[in-house]
Amino acid sequence: MEQRAEMLTKDQREEGRDRDSFSMEIESKSQNEEFARVVVAVFMSRMNPTLEEVEDVKTAVSEAVTNAVIHGYQENGGIIFLKAQIEDRELTVSVADHGIGIADVTKAMEPMYTTDTTGERSGMGFSFMEAFMDQVSVQSKEGEGTVVTMKKQIGR
Amino acid sequence: MAEQSFSYEAKGRALIIHLPKELDHHNCKNLKHETDLLLSENYITKLVFDFSKTSFMDSSGIGILLNRYKQMERSSGTVAIYGADSRILRILAIGGVTKLVEHFESKEAAVAE
Repeated sequence: MEQRAEMLTKDQREEGRDRDSFSMEIESKSQNEEFARVVVAVFMSRMNPTLEEVEDVKTAVSEAVTNAVIHGYQENGGIIFLKAQIEDRELTVSVADHGIGIADVTKAMEPMYTTDTTGERSGMGFSFMEAFMDQVSVQSKEGEGTVVTMKKQIGR
Repeated sequence: MAEQSFSYEAKGRALIIHLPKELDHHNCKNLKHETDLLLSENYITKLVFDFSKTSFMDSSGIGILLNRYKQMERSSGTVAIYGADSRILRILAIGGVTKLVEHFESKEAAVAE
């Protein structure tokens, strides 16, 4: 056990950085919104985040996955690609879909903008991601899909 | 994966909606249909949202609250909330709900006001 602990320390020293990551595919179903945010919360717990940091990330992940389910795949199902990476104190989460894509990303990111017609959607998804993460970038192509990448420094 | 996420309670002309632990898109799906039905069948002048069991909310929760607010405003009704913790209040503030809807400490206060 002692030897193993030493080896890990050595590996980390050689790499010079504390890195970790995971990647998974989930079905585009609304019940997986909760699953996705809980998985990321558990993954980031090794960074010793505050409760508030965990809640911030959970909310942002929930927004991105909800967008993929409702907009990307139009609630018709598909595969959502969820990835997270820790590098030193920075957490990066990316949520990707192979759905319909976003024609005008700038417009989609405007507060209150929504394509929803039921009145039930606030149009604040991207605003929430930006409020709770340090950095949010969106790459999208119509007919090909969308990748949302979000970064946050933990323990500032 | 709770299928039945909301429970409803009538108190005079007020309809109290007890919200689930996690208020997201998945759990909000039935709310519109259910409240529309209850509002059409009962004389309700006030909607009261109970956040006392809620520990997570995203912008889907904001969407349903704003839509209910607009709905009640059209019929000259009011909306109140109670039992939200600091985390939920922060989300409600960012979503612009606290400017429109008053928050109370207890159910009694929210219903009476």
